[in-house]
Amino acid sequence: MTSLGGVFYYLRTRAWIWSFVATAMVWIATILFTGGHGGGQMLTAALSFATFTIIVGIGQMFVITTGPGNVDLSIPATMALSGAITTKIMDTQDGMILTGFAVALGVGLAVGLFNYGLIRLLRIPPIIATLSASFLVQSTAIAYGRGLRIKPPPALADFTTAEIGGIPILSICGVVFTIIMGVVLARTFYGRSVLAVGQNMRAAWLAGIPVERTRLVTYVLSAMLAGLSGLLLSGFSGGSSLNMGEEYLLASIAVVVIGGTSVAGGRANVPGIWGAALFLYLLVTMLNTFGASAGLRLIMTGVIIIAVITVAGSGEQKR
Amino acid sequence: MTNTTEEIVNLAGVAKSYGAVRALAGVDLVVGMGECLGLVGHNGAGKSTLMGALAGTLIPDRGSIAVGGVDLSEQYSVVVAHHHGIRCVFQELSLCPNLTVAENARIFHRTLKGFGWKKRAAKLIQDKLDEIFPGHDILAGDIVGDLPIGRRQMVEIARAFTVTDAPLRLVILDEPTSSLDAVTAEQLLGFVRREVQSGLSVILISHMLGEVLGSSSRIVVMKDGGVVAARAAGDFTRDSLVAAMGTVAAAKSEQQISATGFRKSGTAMIDARPAAQMDARKLIAHKGEIVGLAGLAGHGQTRMLLQIFANAKKRYTETKVAAPVALIAGDRQSDGIFPLWSIAENVTVGSLGRLVKNLLVDGTASRAMAESWQKRMRIKTPDMDHNILSLSGGNQQKALFARALGSDAEIVLMDDPMRGVDVGTKLEVYEQVKQEAQGGRTFLWYTTEIDELSNCDHVYVFRNGQIVDDIPRAELTEERVLRASFHEAA
Repeated sequence: MTSLGGVFYYLRTRAWIWSFVATAMVWIATILFTGGHGGGQMLTAALSFATFTIIVGIGQMFVITTGPGNVDLSIPATMALSGAITTKIMDTQDGMILTGFAVALGVGLAVGLFNYGLIRLLRIPPIIATLSASFLVQSTAIAYGRGLRIKPPPALADFTTAEIGGIPILSICGVVFTIIMGVVLARTFYGRSVLAVGQNMRAAWLAGIPVERTRLVTYVLSAMLAGLSGLLLSGFSGGSSLNMGEEYLLASIAVVVIGGTSVAGGRANVPGIWGAALFLYLLVTMLNTFGASAGLRLIMTGVIIIAVITVAGSGEQKR
Repeated sequence: MTNTTEEIVNLAGVAKSYGAVRALAGVDLVVGMGECLGLVGHNGAGKSTLMGALAGTLIPDRGSIAVGGVDLSEQYSVVVAHHHGIRCVFQELSLCPNLTVAENARIFHRTLKGFGWKKRAAKLIQDKLDEIFPGHDILAGDIVGDLPIGRRQMVEIARAFTVTDAPLRLVILDEPTSSLDAVTAEQLLGFVRREVQSGLSVILISHMLGEVLGSSSRIVVMKDGGVVAARAAGDFTRDSLVAAMGTVAAAKSEQQISATGFRKSGTAMIDARPAAQMDARKLIAHKGEIVGLAGLAGHGQTRMLLQIFANAKKRYTETKVAAPVALIAGDRQSDGIFPLWSIAENVTVGSLGRLVKNLLVDGTASRAMAESWQKRMRIKTPDMDHNILSLSGGNQQKALFARALGSDAEIVLMDDPMRGVDVGTKLEVYEQVKQEAQGGRTFLWYTTEIDELSNCDHVYVFRNGQIVDDIPRAELTEERVLRASFHEAA
């Protein structure tokens, strides 16, 4: 094999590289337009916002990887509920932050168990189950928080906005977390089970994989990450709001798909999720910089996502 | 009877490689009109690849394909093959599981359109099923995915023989009887013989050498991607065929490696009653026993195995299973392989629990396990890290055997796992099963091949979901199994 062929093969087998290439291109296009101004700040902002997408995106990736039909649509509602409850419980006191984290994960645990209960016991398809659960969760958040915006404890706000040399601390934690989840997926019993169930649920059962336990853990994991993300986001943006999770519904699914995870299940792509999250944020920034109207921005975002999926997915279809 | 004056297809110098694996090394093959050509060889000998080239499903690296004397190498494809009357029944069934039998027939025939196409498609396929398999119980409105694998194979075969606009000149049958029981297999072979006499050409690929010898006019033997022998069927005997294929193990007679035949005593490892059982009969298996499940295909044997599998981890059920259980699937596409994974991952998935060290799956131990089972099962691949789909069907099956035998399960359930597996591999696997049974493992073996029952210590015959006969090894005869299958005996 020639070295060029080797490079090509390397790229082809690592589809996630493309999302980083696209990210770099969008970034360069933007700074060319601004004449070199603001490139650094743009990256810092991209890293910050991408981190929240990553946290929920990884949960969504595990869910999608367990096979066709599996998706978690309750992520935005869980984020809103977690934000509303934790800011109220912490009540701007630094001493309550650890309790807040525990409560955020607890909210996720409860929502995840509820989701799985609907799917398993009532045999409702996941897309309907998590969507209907999200209405209940969102209503609870409204009833509980009554739309009051409570400030986060100062230490939490500082932590979520702190930077070292332009790199947000939260993003560093996010990268470490991503690596851990990558290892979980590839090397642990649970991760292998997720991949097996996603390829063929019946074959997984017959191979002795605990299929239902795997699905339970996966839905709980996704909801817990949504709860965690809700807490962190309310710290980052100076308090929780009921609609703060809204954009994460599509974003969590988009980063999974653009990042190279198979929608048909059984194949996940952990690094790609970062490239995709940065790409999505920078894309919107670029269109803003170019002065595109809100309508045009949405159209362009949609078109570009379709294009990326078509290009990235074409090799797979032919396989 | 055979007159090969007019040739239907002429393949010359066809070669195909997959990476480093050479599947075909320049093969010549001529099929004449009104000829039934038997094609035999080991798993991975290149039979399916050659037929893929002929059916247009894969493009060879080199070589020419001529149909009816016209060179079509340049524009050859599935559509061209179909247009010239070449049909193929693949080993891996190609029906759409979410559609009905009639709708699957429509996919094949573009001209079945307009008002009332459903009725015409239903009639077309129903008539052909009646013709080939009289007495079958398949309805044109049945969803294919709901049919057991044997019925799906019957539909696939019948569909290949249906005719609308394109002519029908050559049908390739790749392991057509692998999921059929003895009766339907004989119906099919009888039909093939009649069709061949009326001028149709057939290529019959089968590991059941008796079928090939009994139905073919000429036999071609393949080995390692090339043709090693091609003679009139009358010039071959079972032994000379096996010798031509290059099987050394086959020199042993099957009787020699058959089971000991003692009914073991002690506590039962499995004590189960089929859900549909009306009387008090039960299925009992002791430690170290090989217990056969016989009968016509789809009469509750698989259901019995799944019932045992599902109850293995429960304690308070009527179905008693005393040890961990592993299952070897026969329908490997839907029950067995993980298509995105490597061969090694497919083998080790059954033992993940044991391979975990400090929460992580131990890479070194996994690789060692995969390599030792590659040797034991003789899985034909340069690298166990290659994708499972790079293996031929029989080698994929060996990987599934490795998964189950490599696990810590003391009870192994086999769901007719020898479908489409060649003679040499079968004998190797029988030997493994016997050794494992002597080592204390218990086997439950559902098979549609009566010959295989001679490897069992005890045989239960199933009919309509019930155990209808309970035969100790010493009393086992083909006649008694067949009689019980049709319930002529008490």
